[in-house]
Amino acid sequence: MRSRKTNVFYGIDWVLVLMYLSLIFVGWLNIYSVTVTDEDLSLLNLTTGYGKQLLWILLCFPVIVLVLMLDVKFYEKFGAIIYLVALLSLVGLFLFGKNINGATSWYALGSFTLQPSEFMKAATALAMAKLVSDKQFNLKSPRRQLQAIFILFLPAILITLQPDPGSALVYISFFLVLYREGLPMYYISFGATAVLLFLLTLYFGAISIALILLLIFIILLIYLSIKRQNLLKRGWPAMSILFTVTILYVLGCNLVYNNVFQQRHRDRFDILLGLSEDTSSIGYNTNQAIKTIASGGFEGRGFLQGERTQGHFVPEQDTDYIFTTVGEEWGFIGTTFVIVLFIAFLLRIITLADRQKMRFSRIYGYSIAAIFFFHFAINIGMVIGLLPTIGIPLPFFSYGGSGLWGFTLLLFIFIRLDANRTYEW
Amino acid sequence: MNRKILLYAIIILTGLVYIGKLFFLQVYQHNFSNSPLNNSAVKTKYEYPDRGYIYDRNGLLLVANQLSYDIMVIPREVKELDTLEFCSLLNIDSVSFLKRLNKAQRYSPRIPSRFLQQLSKDDYAYLQEKMHKFKGFYIQKRSIRQYPIKSAANVLGYISEVNEGFLRKNNYYHQGELIGTLGVEKTYEKILRGTKGKSYIQRNRFNKEIGSYKNGIYDTLAQTGKDLTLTIDSELQQYGELLMSNKRGGIIALEPATGEILAMISAPSYDPNLMVGRGRSKNSVLLFGDTINRPMYDRGLQAMYPPGSPFKIISALVALQEGVITPESSVKCYHGYRYGTRSKAFMKCHCGMVGIPIRLNEAMYRSCNTYFSTAYRKSIEKYDSPSEGMNAWNKHVTSFGLGKYFGNDLSVGQPGLIPDANYYKKYYPNGGWRAVTTISNAIGQGEILTTPLQLANLTATVANRGFYITPHIVKKIKDMEVDRKFITKNITSIDTKHFEPVIEGLFNVFEKTNGTARGSRVQGIEISGKTGTAENYMKINGVRTKLTDHSIFIAFAPKDNPKIAIAVFVENGYWGSRWGGPIASLMIEKYLKGSTSRPAIEQRMIQGSLQEEYKKQLSIQQIEK
Repeated sequence: MRSRKTNVFYGIDWVLVLMYLSLIFVGWLNIYSVTVTDEDLSLLNLTTGYGKQLLWILLCFPVIVLVLMLDVKFYEKFGAIIYLVALLSLVGLFLFGKNINGATSWYALGSFTLQPSEFMKAATALAMAKLVSDKQFNLKSPRRQLQAIFILFLPAILITLQPDPGSALVYISFFLVLYREGLPMYYISFGATAVLLFLLTLYFGAISIALILLLIFIILLIYLSIKRQNLLKRGWPAMSILFTVTILYVLGCNLVYNNVFQQRHRDRFDILLGLSEDTSSIGYNTNQAIKTIASGGFEGRGFLQGERTQGHFVPEQDTDYIFTTVGEEWGFIGTTFVIVLFIAFLLRIITLADRQKMRFSRIYGYSIAAIFFFHFAINIGMVIGLLPTIGIPLPFFSYGGSGLWGFTLLLFIFIRLDANRTYEW
Repeated sequence: MNRKILLYAIIILTGLVYIGKLFFLQVYQHNFSNSPLNNSAVKTKYEYPDRGYIYDRNGLLLVANQLSYDIMVIPREVKELDTLEFCSLLNIDSVSFLKRLNKAQRYSPRIPSRFLQQLSKDDYAYLQEKMHKFKGFYIQKRSIRQYPIKSAANVLGYISEVNEGFLRKNNYYHQGELIGTLGVEKTYEKILRGTKGKSYIQRNRFNKEIGSYKNGIYDTLAQTGKDLTLTIDSELQQYGELLMSNKRGGIIALEPATGEILAMISAPSYDPNLMVGRGRSKNSVLLFGDTINRPMYDRGLQAMYPPGSPFKIISALVALQEGVITPESSVKCYHGYRYGTRSKAFMKCHCGMVGIPIRLNEAMYRSCNTYFSTAYRKSIEKYDSPSEGMNAWNKHVTSFGLGKYFGNDLSVGQPGLIPDANYYKKYYPNGGWRAVTTISNAIGQGEILTTPLQLANLTATVANRGFYITPHIVKKIKDMEVDRKFITKNITSIDTKHFEPVIEGLFNVFEKTNGTARGSRVQGIEISGKTGTAENYMKINGVRTKLTDHSIFIAFAPKDNPKIAIAVFVENGYWGSRWGGPIASLMIEKYLKGSTSRPAIEQRMIQGSLQEEYKKQLSIQQIEK
């Protein structure tokens, strides 16, 4: 009988691996299409984007084997240490980092660059799993909640300081995990309400929103004073405080938006909300991206036939806007296929996570599902014009070695944890 | 269990929303996005049609086309180049090179911009072989104007590059394209320019052109501009320009029966070829910047002055129509007309017929102020109130096309001014104005303002005995009907029968010994006309200062079945018969007979200069400042 001792692939979930390979393959095809030139070069030519990416992909396999070889206990025991090492690597950026495009997010060794924030995600997921899986740990306790949030807050703040706020936002996705593990509902609903109020304030103006809230409050008071006098007597201080805080929040949103945000951030929101129109400078990327996707039509123009892709009309098309290539060259069929593939991939991870017997594995599974989901939702949402421009990569698609390795690591640690399930008992 | 579902739900919901949005973009909106205009991989190429030629009424070519060569640039495609060689080839310096490139870059990195304009044929031949070395630059042929005859610049106008303000309002033109900016080039722009052809070129992924987009189903052919035939008689136009040498002013000659403008002279003018080619921008600065001679100011169309005595024709006609005088009624003149009790309330008259009864005929040819003031006063005072009288008078006068724009096919113009009751109410809000308050109107001074074109039209109206056809400049457009407006009669409020006695008086201006234009009589042509002297005031340092009068003359001929009606206006020309009369009679003779028979007068007119006079005016103004 074969076992993990003789075969590192024993017990791994081949469905998930197959999905991973499909995503990598489709992603690389699109990178090839964007970066191909009219010179006749080999697939592994390292002066080309597709050649480099192919190399990164091939180098993934030793990494995968290494990840699968290590024992589950290693990840469980060393979760905290890995987290600390990763944090140190983020801190080190401020001393030794290389500045590319205005953000000090990279270590450079010659022409080879490494982005530690891509690996921080896996480390944070391990640390979070380690913390929350403790039997003593109860997310109903405010102290525990603070601990969990602190783990997220540290890398987020370091990454924001690089500054790379897009990558820092990813840590918000951990709240979904914490919720799954017992974090009270009001965290999520508070967050959702805050975001909603923020957007409404931008769209309608602080004063009108404040007036509408006041109106709702007055109507509520009148209703209660007629029908539920008891409730009113007991609840009025809490209600008043809630109301005041909400009003202050709305006015604060306005203040922060106008004074703390920079114009380029405001522009992104304004364009998304339709408050201003711009197709030349700030809105150029989004406008070009949407046009490119739309020009694909139902069937797409075919591999390497996308006029706008090949004409390089979309900036950053090999990284954050890689999905536009799918849109133009593979059409609605292609985009739907990619989205369905991602959804299936995410659901597969969650299903696997749910069947874990170890709390640690389950929490880790949920964490990576949330991270992948966040990347997927924000990136494609931005490209198709549903979300403001936030520059984060589409997992397995966007060009870049660190990202690819980071995501591969993230996934295969989980596959390793999952493989253990079969002979745990 | 409940908590598990949230993540599933969010993921599936997001997927569905995204697929929905993509369906909207890629399937529902696809047709819109598929138009070649929204497709950046499709390049639009324009084919510029030949602009229509312009001929005079006798088929003489006035405006033709010549080829010119522009250097175009697509900034994004510019590769490293030998700037030094390039600049020396084009004869520009490196600063100008960068400036031009940056300007094109700012406009658009992808769309071709004009880098250098209107090279000559020689430059082109030389450059053509070398252009392949400069990636991103290419040569485009374009047709520009050519003027075989150095004349009629103010009629023809010119074409120039579309300005940016217009580009924003209009989507036909693109940056660097030419558009008619003045004269018939402007008013008939759409007819002359034709329609440019478009072809959509598919580019492959390396931006190389690989053929026409979708086999050219969206392509259109260029339509050549249509040729115009003007109403202008080029020979007469040139002759008029010659006569106006060294003088400022305008001449308008009309064919009364058709309203066609035979000549439209504004002096000083310029050689239309100055507004073509590489010198265009420099020359236009010089021409527009000349605030002393103002060559771009069309004095035939834009100069508004009190018409002076020719307006007496209208005073007579209105009085006849209102029935307050007859051709036989007479007035006595004692060196002028007293219209009030104050000593100043006296209008001088130089008709020279003291104390004898003056009838319409004599009044006309000797230009008696007293007679027409009396007639005017009676016309106004026929009504119960000055307001009613004034408005009735205004109605008659404006029916001659005065006091308003013609709305014709000339690119510039002025409405002039014919006052009505409201006009005076503004100055006398409490009333108190009467016919005598406005008595200067009777002799064409006072508030009245007209342009030479309006005066010529007034003359044509009299020649037609009561109607005019809106003066216009285009006689024929190839394959097109002329505007109905230009064949419709505008009938005045004066009955035809009243014109004969007035015309008789105008005829005597030339014929009688004491006629004011006796000296301009032409053997064998029955000319009717009227001299005019327009007082000329200018506000200098807030003081109303009198400057040298303008010389004005109107005439038509022959008396019966007139062929030409003319108005001449010479700035600071002292009095009507000094310049206006002779010039008008020479123009008439030239037009009707083809040649002139009075070389002495002709030479005096051509060589006569008012430049000294203009210098004097200028120095007065400068000293006063």
